[in-house]
Amino acid sequence: MPSLPHIPVLRHGPAYESLDTVEVRDHRTGTPLAVVSQANAGIVRRDLRKAGARAASLRARPIDELLDLCARAVEPFLEGTLPLNDAGDEQSADQYVRALSATSGMPHALVRANMEKIATVLRDMPAILRGLTRGLDPAVLDTGVGVQNGVPVSYADAADALGVVLPSNSPGVNSIWLPALALKTPVVLKPGREEPWTPLRILRALEAAGLPREAFGFYPTTHDGAAAILEGCGRSQLFGDARTTAPYAGNPAVEIHGPGRSKVVLGPDEADRWETHLDVLVASVARNGGRSCINASTIVVPAHGDAVAEALAARLAAIEPRPADDPEATLCAFANPSVAEWIDGTIAAGLAAGGAVDVTARHRDGDRSVTLDGSTYLRPTVVRCERPDHELANTEFLFPYVAVVEVPSDHVVAAIGPSLVVTAITRDPALRQALIRSPHVERLNLGPIPTSHVDWDQPHEGNLFEFLRVRRAVARDEGW
Amino acid sequence: MSDPIESAPRPASPEEAAEQLDAHVRATVAWHFSAETGTPFWIDRARDLGLDAVEEITTFADLARLPRFDGEWLRSEPHARFVPRAFADRPYTIFETGGTTGMPKQRIGWDDYKIDYAAFSSTLDDDAFPPGGAWLMIGPTGPRRLRLAIEFLANHRGSPCYFVDLDPRWVKRLIRERQFDQAKAYMEHVLDQAEQILKHREVTALFTTPKLLEALGERLSIPEAGIRGVFCGGTEMAPQNVRFLCEEVLEGEVTFVPTYGNTLMGLAEHEKDFASNGYSITYHAPQPRAVVRVVRPDDPDVLVDHDEWGRVELTTLTRELLLPRFLERDEAIRRRPTATHPWDGAGEVRPFRANEERIVEGVY
Repeated sequence: MPSLPHIPVLRHGPAYESLDTVEVRDHRTGTPLAVVSQANAGIVRRDLRKAGARAASLRARPIDELLDLCARAVEPFLEGTLPLNDAGDEQSADQYVRALSATSGMPHALVRANMEKIATVLRDMPAILRGLTRGLDPAVLDTGVGVQNGVPVSYADAADALGVVLPSNSPGVNSIWLPALALKTPVVLKPGREEPWTPLRILRALEAAGLPREAFGFYPTTHDGAAAILEGCGRSQLFGDARTTAPYAGNPAVEIHGPGRSKVVLGPDEADRWETHLDVLVASVARNGGRSCINASTIVVPAHGDAVAEALAARLAAIEPRPADDPEATLCAFANPSVAEWIDGTIAAGLAAGGAVDVTARHRDGDRSVTLDGSTYLRPTVVRCERPDHELANTEFLFPYVAVVEVPSDHVVAAIGPSLVVTAITRDPALRQALIRSPHVERLNLGPIPTSHVDWDQPHEGNLFEFLRVRRAVARDEGW
Repeated sequence: MSDPIESAPRPASPEEAAEQLDAHVRATVAWHFSAETGTPFWIDRARDLGLDAVEEITTFADLARLPRFDGEWLRSEPHARFVPRAFADRPYTIFETGGTTGMPKQRIGWDDYKIDYAAFSSTLDDDAFPPGGAWLMIGPTGPRRLRLAIEFLANHRGSPCYFVDLDPRWVKRLIRERQFDQAKAYMEHVLDQAEQILKHREVTALFTTPKLLEALGERLSIPEAGIRGVFCGGTEMAPQNVRFLCEEVLEGEVTFVPTYGNTLMGLAEHEKDFASNGYSITYHAPQPRAVVRVVRPDDPDVLVDHDEWGRVELTTLTRELLLPRFLERDEAIRRRPTATHPWDGAGEVRPFRANEERIVEGVY
């Protein structure tokens, strides 16, 4: 039997094999697929001491060159056979899809959809930068000074490195840090434990397109190593649940990507026409296997709550687990069955407390939790909650889960709390204005647009340009 | 006159080591249980157990007739109960361990640390720890044996020693209360002081912990600061950490001497070829004065097999202290006897059950 490929630490240069390793395994069979080096925290800190020089080198490259480089990375990312290490182990695109599916539980079809999403970001980087910078001339990224809308502007660098502590739930999240490289900021990535594949593949594709290794670090590491990244990079993105992210809440150098608690709000003017919006509701809840923070986890209506829940349950209950390589598969398996067990138990306890009913239960045979081909799945679940403050009404789980609640329109903003995405299906002026003005709504879709829809020219989950650059006042004398 | 309890020739084989240990057990038991020299605590125990210790304990295995030493006794028993009658007229030193919360364990002592560290000194390389060159200790001083021991070791080699204190009880309390900013500020405070000494005084040798060594290396180049040898104690020495310390923090230029030891044992010697063994460090207790065994956590009367993980059990056999089969809060891999130390060793020592605390990442 050939030895397992070793996925090394990439320290902005040659591959480094740690003596501390973990195996990533096929979640169904337990078969190890690779050995992954674990960087000790000291390595992260030591390498970050040279971040300034590395950033200077990336910043010396013209923006046009970096945008071309991103575009050239599309083909190797989607099609290429790329190195896993410096020892000759490689991975084709198909092998990547299978490996990621095996370790994360995501079906092949969804992995491919996520690849497409990442490819789009690489390909459309110029448009994404326009969105992030609100139309700034890209040349200003080279010089740091320029004119925008007739006003002189100048930007300082906020950080010499962007640290990113990644999750394992969906490969699509990698699209969030990707523009940093076009913004001339080296990245320091900590992959999720079950998902070294995607960030590595992106970096290898960029390397194949000409990005120098000094522009990126890849540090599979422990909790301590993650803390070293968050403390040592001038700016960081942290993905995680509320417990993981709590110590960094309020830290301006750390952008937190926690649970999204995204929502669809139906206004009083559209409530009677809820049936025409059912497709939007289904797509909001179930797209990407319900694994994203932009999936809706609450639907807020002024009336017809029971009917909406019933119709949605009928549609979602039809989504059944399918084998990972089935092109129609849209549900993800749980790589760690105890997570599914915990979620299932939490929902059961919430229902037992009263005031909430699992409407999907009537539409399916058997339990919420099922196994297929050795994998554990949770089937889509619609819970009708009597009150918006029920413990199941404003929560988020890693599968297609949604609560339906009735809230009078003039109470909606107070009731929904912080929400990453809100789709507001309403022309009611008061409700629209209240949502537009609410600081708790990070992204607002006006009209029947699924919460899970992404416009790449619209920065969501924070504006990376504003995170990595600080605008300063500037005065320029003529000719200077 | 050579005293068999205080110095013994190094045995040539595991069989010789076992014989030597059994003879040492007999001498130590005779000392602690005799009416003239013995220790009140043990004399009373033997009486309560109806045990004729000198008759019945003639081998290391026979120590099982004594109760496993309970650390609680070092908190609750009056010190006088542990003073051998032979030392009744000598004032003693009180050394503490633990004490982050509640009462620390207290061991009393006279000469043990000098005997242990003088013996250890002969294992140090004079190029890495030049006789006469100054030492700097950065670590727990206060009521600990370590502080006196390191100064003694330096002096024994003709060297003076500077000290920067780190109070581990305060650090542990800050971490338990999740005051990480305060913990960090305190570490900075400690390192600031160390940096000042290194800047203004010529120092050739360091004693510190792996974490402090790493943090010091983030501020300055340790070889450029003139350090030639680092003597390092602590249980945070997994192979990758040791490799990182040797290759990067010490820049491949400074001799790294790890040790495992504590107030109750003395200090264990490491196998010097660790770099060629994947940076896995094996320690051998200073037998016959102390014996470390690696036992099954669920059945500590049974040793684990060689190369298996188990809990560290310590037996100390000196004139000052008889401490049979004390279960440490550490775990290790049981290692085979070697040519230089023909008795079992303990590898990759780390806090007990450290691996179970490895952070399980969130689902996102």
